[in-house]
Amino acid sequence: MRIACPLCGARDRREFTYRGAALPVPALDAGAEAWSVHVHLRENPAGPLEELWQHELGCGAWLKVRRDTVTHAMLGVVLAEDAGLAARDGEGPA
Amino acid sequence: MADVLKDLTATSPCAGLLPVTIGGLTLSEAVQLPMTLMAPFKGQEAALSHALEAAHGMSFPAPNRATGKAGARAVWFGRAQALLIGPVPDPALAAHAALTDLSDGWAVVRLEGERAEDVLARLVPVDVRIRVFKRGHTARTELKHMMASVTRVGTKSFQIMVFRSFAATLVHDLKTAMEGLAARG
Ligand SMILES: [Zn+2]
Repeated sequence: MRIACPLCGARDRREFTYRGAALPVPALDAGAEAWSVHVHLRENPAGPLEELWQHELGCGAWLKVRRDTVTHAMLGVVLAEDAGLAARDGEGPA
Repeated sequence: MADVLKDLTATSPCAGLLPVTIGGLTLSEAVQLPMTLMAPFKGQEAALSHALEAAHGMSFPAPNRATGKAGARAVWFGRAQALLIGPVPDPALAAHAALTDLSDGWAVVRLEGERAEDVLARLVPVDVRIRVFKRGHTARTELKHMMASVTRVGTKSFQIMVFRSFAATLVHDLKTAMEGLAARG
């Protein structure tokens, strides 16, 4: 399995660390229910799934990877900083 | 106390381990130079590159590239950062980037010889053949589970860096690969 890092190019899976599902982060004051859902509930699809991987042994960047969980086909990779997932100033995702 | 202190001398990361020559390949420790991590502030990449050019005669390297030359080099070192090796950074750079002195933090070795590529092929999961990895190309990659920086500095020579605490492991792994290659003839 290889992941095409937008900075480094296609690299072996051993250089990357899995960082979980790529989910928009709720606002800090969204409440326990919203945060519980964010932390615990997953669709677990057999098919395309968006996840975060870090190119830990390479450039260090966090990536948002779209991967087919059935075939392991890589369907797209972008820098996580460009993926609009982060909460800003206590707000929800952009 | 004074007598003790006066006998303290800084040693290099690979002191007592290098150089070694095996099968026509030489592994040696690079001359210790000041090393400074440059992390440009948001939107300051171009300004930093200009300041670097003006002060030290090299531009800020693009991903997977090194600029400058032996003794004064800037090596891309990961997302939004590069390592300045050689010059003490001009104070003007501090207006555009966070500067961190890493001089004592990394071991820097040089692998040189006809089959240097073949040694690295045993250790890193990237293609370092000169056809695709030319002089001035660099990679942040994995070397035997260590975070490494590999830069081609010549047709037959590479600069290899790992955290200083891994210096002995790096030398051991490179020597083992050199010996394995030499044994196959
Ligand atoms: Zn990368």
